[in-house]
Amino acid sequence: MRELSVDHLHGVKYLKKTDVDLIFDTALNFKEVINRPIKKVPTLRDITIANLFFENSTRTKISFELAQKRLGADVINFSSSSSSVNKGESLIDTVNNILAMKVDMIVLRHPNPGSSILLSKHTESCIINAGDGTHEHPTQALLDSFSLFEKFGSLKGKNILIVGDILHSRVALSNLYLLNLLGANIKISCPFSLVPKDIEKLNASVEPDIYKALRWCDAVNVLRVQRERMIKSYFPNNREYSMLFGLDVKKISSIKKDILILHPGPINRGVEITSDIVESNNSIILEQVENGVAIRMAIMYLLASKLNFSINE
Amino acid sequence: MPKKILLDSKKINLILSRLVYELIENHKDFQDTVLIGLQPRGIYLFNEILKVFKAHHPNIKIKSGILDFTFFRDDFRRSEKTLSANSTKINFTVENKRIVFIDDVLFTGRSIKAAMSAIDSYGRPKSIELLVLIDRRFKREIPIEANYYGTKIDTFKGDKVKVVWDDKPINNKVFIES
Repeated sequence: MRELSVDHLHGVKYLKKTDVDLIFDTALNFKEVINRPIKKVPTLRDITIANLFFENSTRTKISFELAQKRLGADVINFSSSSSSVNKGESLIDTVNNILAMKVDMIVLRHPNPGSSILLSKHTESCIINAGDGTHEHPTQALLDSFSLFEKFGSLKGKNILIVGDILHSRVALSNLYLLNLLGANIKISCPFSLVPKDIEKLNASVEPDIYKALRWCDAVNVLRVQRERMIKSYFPNNREYSMLFGLDVKKISSIKKDILILHPGPINRGVEITSDIVESNNSIILEQVENGVAIRMAIMYLLASKLNFSINE
Repeated sequence: MPKKILLDSKKINLILSRLVYELIENHKDFQDTVLIGLQPRGIYLFNEILKVFKAHHPNIKIKSGILDFTFFRDDFRRSEKTLSANSTKINFTVENKRIVFIDDVLFTGRSIKAAMSAIDSYGRPKSIELLVLIDRRFKREIPIEANYYGTKIDTFKGDKVKVVWDDKPINNKVFIES
């Protein structure tokens, strides 16, 4: 019997290769479950999960909630915009009030890096990081690599390119950790102003020529330009960015080979990727969405199995 | 721990033939019948049953699948280790079908209860039957019985019944560890 080495999912950084293998194997089982005529299992019927979103989210929140409902869990949703946070309540007070209602697991999205780790030190619930500022977004990276794992069988030795706003992207950081763990070769391609310092420590090399980078890779993960996190201008304008780094038919057809195209969403069509590439046969963007539910079901199932069970007599 | 052989390969082969004849007697042309092997251990017996059909009754077309019921088990979070799931391969619905579950050992009955819940994900079957190689009688924790069985045995709670399916069929056997 295998089990996760961690009690919370703060980030990919804290996972071992065996954890990822277990998550992928379990996600394969859940992918079969969500394609059955009746897509629900009762496994987490005695678990209550709170989705605490202190930052906007559409797809991640829906994906988590659907995964929780498919697992039979009870779900409560919280968003900071309609809560007492606006009245000055702290994160820990807010969460402890919610936990007093007997919540077993928390899915947390928060603008501050490290918030899920902080919270786990002040509560007894299991915490899943659904994005903490510019730090990590582990479930997104896991579903990205799971989508590639389904196509390639193994990522060992595969050439994976990440294009876009690497500097502000928690998806990029989680992906860099995970691709290293899985033995992939990694390159990034973006304006030099969006390259994080010490990127080479994550075994990623920078290729500013998008044509060269695309010719090198087996799959490309296209990331959104995160204007909302930019406190200054990192490139002149969207048009120039799109010409140099945006994926379009001209660039893709020039490489004369098939590569897989991923995008975690939300997509800014016409900026980092054009509509015809999003909808092309090489795009696995919608498969990522489906795999997101399976991966999140797997993670919550595996973490919930480590929660103590007791019936008060 | 002392081991006692309950069945050798010769006896197992005789039982397999008998079980297949019993199935044919009750299901005739298998028009509406589906054989479902239960993960993880029932798959071996399931494959052996299919082999007998193919070798000795090739005219009977069998519809079959493999079911994992891990996510329907009632001991989630009650055992020390994580329950690991296995693959399910059922690419059809079972609405109005006559299901035959195939498992190696019937013990407490809880696995079969979970499997009965799990199969509902594929529709409402007309009926469900159970075929097992070994029936550890008097050890049931819920009211479930086999419709077809290889042999019934009496055991103590701590006994372990092991069914060995070897690459060489001559080495197939069932033994009990006390």
